[in-house]
Amino acid sequence: MCTYHTVTTTVDGSAKGPEGSWFHVTDAAVYYDHPVHAMAGHTLNIDLTDPTRGPAARVALELTSTSARELVAAIQEALDAVPAALLQS
Amino acid sequence: MSDTLSARTILIEGDNGDEIQAYLARPDGDDRRGGVVVIHHLPGYDRGTKEMVRRFAEMGYDALCPNLYWREAPNAAPDDAAAKVRAAGGVPDERLVGDVGGAMAYLRGLRTSNGKVGVIGHCSGGRQAVLAACHLDLDAAVDCYGAFVTGTPPEGAPFRGNLVDQLPDLRAPLLGLFGKDDVSPSPEQVAELDEILTRNAKPHEFHSYDDAGHAFFATDRPAYRVAAANDGWERIGTFFRAHLGG
Repeated sequence: MCTYHTVTTTVDGSAKGPEGSWFHVTDAAVYYDHPVHAMAGHTLNIDLTDPTRGPAARVALELTSTSARELVAAIQEALDAVPAALLQS
Repeated sequence: MSDTLSARTILIEGDNGDEIQAYLARPDGDDRRGGVVVIHHLPGYDRGTKEMVRRFAEMGYDALCPNLYWREAPNAAPDDAAAKVRAAGGVPDERLVGDVGGAMAYLRGLRTSNGKVGVIGHCSGGRQAVLAACHLDLDAAVDCYGAFVTGTPPEGAPFRGNLVDQLPDLRAPLLGLFGKDDVSPSPEQVAELDEILTRNAKPHEFHSYDDAGHAFFATDRPAYRVAAANDGWERIGTFFRAHLGG
């Protein structure tokens, strides 16, 4: 099914995108729906984009639900391990 | 009937008079024939959908798929366009009806048209095919596992709700093709749709397949089920021959 549920947020960082070039990303969309490439019926999909540069300025991830949760945990663990003095917004 | 056909990208007039891109496939020859509007699924105006458009031309119909994402993402790759439109909130129902209406009018305006036009959609397009048939003078509609014709959509969906309140306005016979293992639409939701259409004396024909879930027509996805898809294509052919001619 198409879940139609999309969570969007702003981000500030960079991603390596089409043709191997880095670009600044400002937006993220997160949704659980049909993947384009991953061999699964549904995946947790993340689009990191810069809408001002057009639709192709996008880095896309399609992760199984298990691996998405593992990634969330890994991100959390990595952030938790950072000394407070090093954390920058 | 010749199996020679041609396919190309064109511009048509969509909702609100907007110019939008569309993919057109037509059999060769001047004989009169029906038309089919193909609504692409939420992942976009992609290769798989265009293959279906050409298949309808091979079956003897003039077939046209409007690019529902053209306004937001002209000339973008289908997956990038889908991502952009999703992040922006999706395609509103009113605009969808206008775009399908534009495609319908284009097909009826072809010199080969016999005046009859059907619509088909898969997944999100299945719901949109039913929606279009509630508002436009179409001659046949095919809903392939469209979610939220009945049932409750999530908050934040690009449409106001399911189509239950609009089903009494359905103007075309409906063919529904579903997988028994699907969860949206679930067999219970399909049964509810069947009951509503029966109660409103709306002509419809439903087939639900064993060992098939959502997206069983998608030949490039793990959900593909050859037996269900082959039978489904046969049902579509019979249904369109009955209602569109050919």
